[in-house]
Amino acid sequence: MKLDLRHGRVEMNHGSGGRAMAELIEQLFAKALSNDYLAQGDDGAVLPAMSGRLVMSTDSHVVSPLFFPGGDIGSLAVHGTVNDVAVMGAKPLYLAASFILEEGFPLADLQRIVESMARAAAAADVLVVTGDTKVVEKGKGDGVFITTTSVGVARDGVELSGNRARPGDKILLSGTIGDHGMAILSQREGLSFKAPIVSDSAPLNGLIECMLDSGAQLRALRDPTRGGLATTLNELATQSGVGMRLDEAAIPVKPVVAAACEFLGLDPAYLANEGKLIAICAPADAEPLLNAMRRHPFGREAAIVGEVVEDRHRFVQMTTPMGGRRILDWLSGEPLPRIC
Amino acid sequence: MKYIDEFRDGALARQLAAAIAAEVMGGRPYRFMEFCGGHTHTISRYGLTDLLPDAIRMIHGPGCPVCVLPIGRIDQAIRLALEQRVILCSYGDCLRVPASGGLSLLKAKAQGADVRIVYAVTDALELARRNPDRQVVFLAIGFETTTPPTAVAVRQAEAEGLANFSLLCNHVLTPPAMHAILDHPAGTRLDGFVGPAHVSTVIGSRPYEPFAREYGKPVVIAGFEPLDVLQAILMLVRQTNSGRAEVENEFVRAVTPEGNRKAQALMDEVFELRDSFEWRGLGTLPRSALKLRPRFAALDAEARFGVEYVAVPDNKACECGAILRGEKRPAECRIFGSACTPDHPVGACMVSAEGACAAHYTYGRFRSV
Ligand code: SF4
Repeated sequence: MKLDLRHGRVEMNHGSGGRAMAELIEQLFAKALSNDYLAQGDDGAVLPAMSGRLVMSTDSHVVSPLFFPGGDIGSLAVHGTVNDVAVMGAKPLYLAASFILEEGFPLADLQRIVESMARAAAAADVLVVTGDTKVVEKGKGDGVFITTTSVGVARDGVELSGNRARPGDKILLSGTIGDHGMAILSQREGLSFKAPIVSDSAPLNGLIECMLDSGAQLRALRDPTRGGLATTLNELATQSGVGMRLDEAAIPVKPVVAAACEFLGLDPAYLANEGKLIAICAPADAEPLLNAMRRHPFGREAAIVGEVVEDRHRFVQMTTPMGGRRILDWLSGEPLPRIC
Repeated sequence: MKYIDEFRDGALARQLAAAIAAEVMGGRPYRFMEFCGGHTHTISRYGLTDLLPDAIRMIHGPGCPVCVLPIGRIDQAIRLALEQRVILCSYGDCLRVPASGGLSLLKAKAQGADVRIVYAVTDALELARRNPDRQVVFLAIGFETTTPPTAVAVRQAEAEGLANFSLLCNHVLTPPAMHAILDHPAGTRLDGFVGPAHVSTVIGSRPYEPFAREYGKPVVIAGFEPLDVLQAILMLVRQTNSGRAEVENEFVRAVTPEGNRKAQALMDEVFELRDSFEWRGLGTLPRSALKLRPRFAALDAEARFGVEYVAVPDNKACECGAILRGEKRPAECRIFGSACTPDHPVGACMVSAEGACAAHYTYGRFRSV
């Protein structure tokens, strides 16, 4: 039977393993995501032999709303996992995607999500090679949850880890912070601005390749997603047993995001990003690395924002535009709503 | 954003800091209290103490709504939520304030109480409209800034005949708290106050006259932006140096001598003075808080559900009282940063971003390690 992709809805039997499920997979998922491995139609994808160290990462996506300016849960599910593999200095190759669908979810929306996922995967140059679909009763999910797992191959000789930051190292940021978090929050709070705030959701593997090609001595790369810049820097400082000093005025923030933060009483340093990375590199390589980043479309607004210092308390400190000092602490207090 | 940037200009800040440094007279200390938690937050968030000469010490005041609420008040709200099964709603910070028996409203929620965060009292009204078969209680807290919106909501509830809505009223007043600070026997010596920003937009600058006239303390009302605070400190230094004690207004863009008459009339229509009210740290102060006028008595949750206020002492290790009176600094509390952190607050001053302990922990603890 042909699925009614215009008015149809997800039904319990779409997850039952029977014919309805086969139709859904064939007419919706396989159609959008088609590639030879997926087309094998077996329980698992058999992939060609890979040489080098493998990097693997997984991430669940529960963002609400499912569609937001600059992306949707489909593209986000690709970018989130691809970026986690890429920041390890690896080239992401394959993705597995697992969908939890809520009964009654419009098939048209599902199609939009899967097609967006296909476009994101193509842009990031990865293949979705295997997947799974489950359906839960109405009220037991929130439309769609997507878990993706990515596998990639690490570049030879590249060793990146959050424990490698050393005093004197420079801290770089690939662009403006808080765009994704505020895009989601402004949708939810029903805030409207002259120009809509657009999520920065993007694949970072291309930018990272350029950074690796530059030959800069990179210590660590990390994408500051949940918890934002502040949380990620604190993680890195703790892992490496160092402190950090940032220059608040050097941290790029879009004026509209800054204004929205002001209005909602939020700090952009704690808002999620889905297309930004933090790089820590040897001091002498900071300028060439910055130039390499700025040549890539996803690094055009890159900046050197601070340096690693010795500090047994592992404080991330910043000099404010006023000239005073303060800590940029771990996120605490109320958890923010579901943003990724 | 333009408007805000004007008050955060780094070059201007350095100019003001230089002016302050130039005016400070050698050999004498200056002890100023910023009454409001909003100012405490600004000072910590922008690291303003780094811009001030050592001779100037900023002392955090009690102007943090959740900080001054004693444990017994939160206990009342928890009893309503757990025993009377009402929908208890309040502002986010209130939910994390530690109460008796290791509870907080958030922990009561985990035990099954229906506790909701609202961003404005109007959200509480909406909850009442949407849940006609449930009792909805709004835990109202705050100084004169949040009182007018509560007054509007009370009138609205009365007009709509929203019989399932009521108020646990904990609105407090600024001037009595300032009196209490100055009158406290063990009180800290002060040379002046950075006066409230938003509170003063409502009550005006006049209510501070007695502090200048009778106590000889300069008061400079200031906005919450970093340049406002620095400008106010400069004005305080100048008053101190010339031996003046006046009420000055740095926040002229929002504050007038009379304040907002409409808001005052509204408050007066809905609320009257309580004979006395217990504050955390400041003790029981006469005529320092508000209750609903008899005309609105039906909306009073304390009466509706018969929840009496029972005074409960603070945790023994907690120094919140001394901190709220300006006698101690956060780092002088034995459990600051160890047993008491923003993630696991023991005292109320560690809860809100405006609390002295939370502000020091979050932004400034590198200074005291
Ligand atoms: S550190 Fe905690 S317990 Fe100590 S005074 Fe501050 S809030 Fe109270």
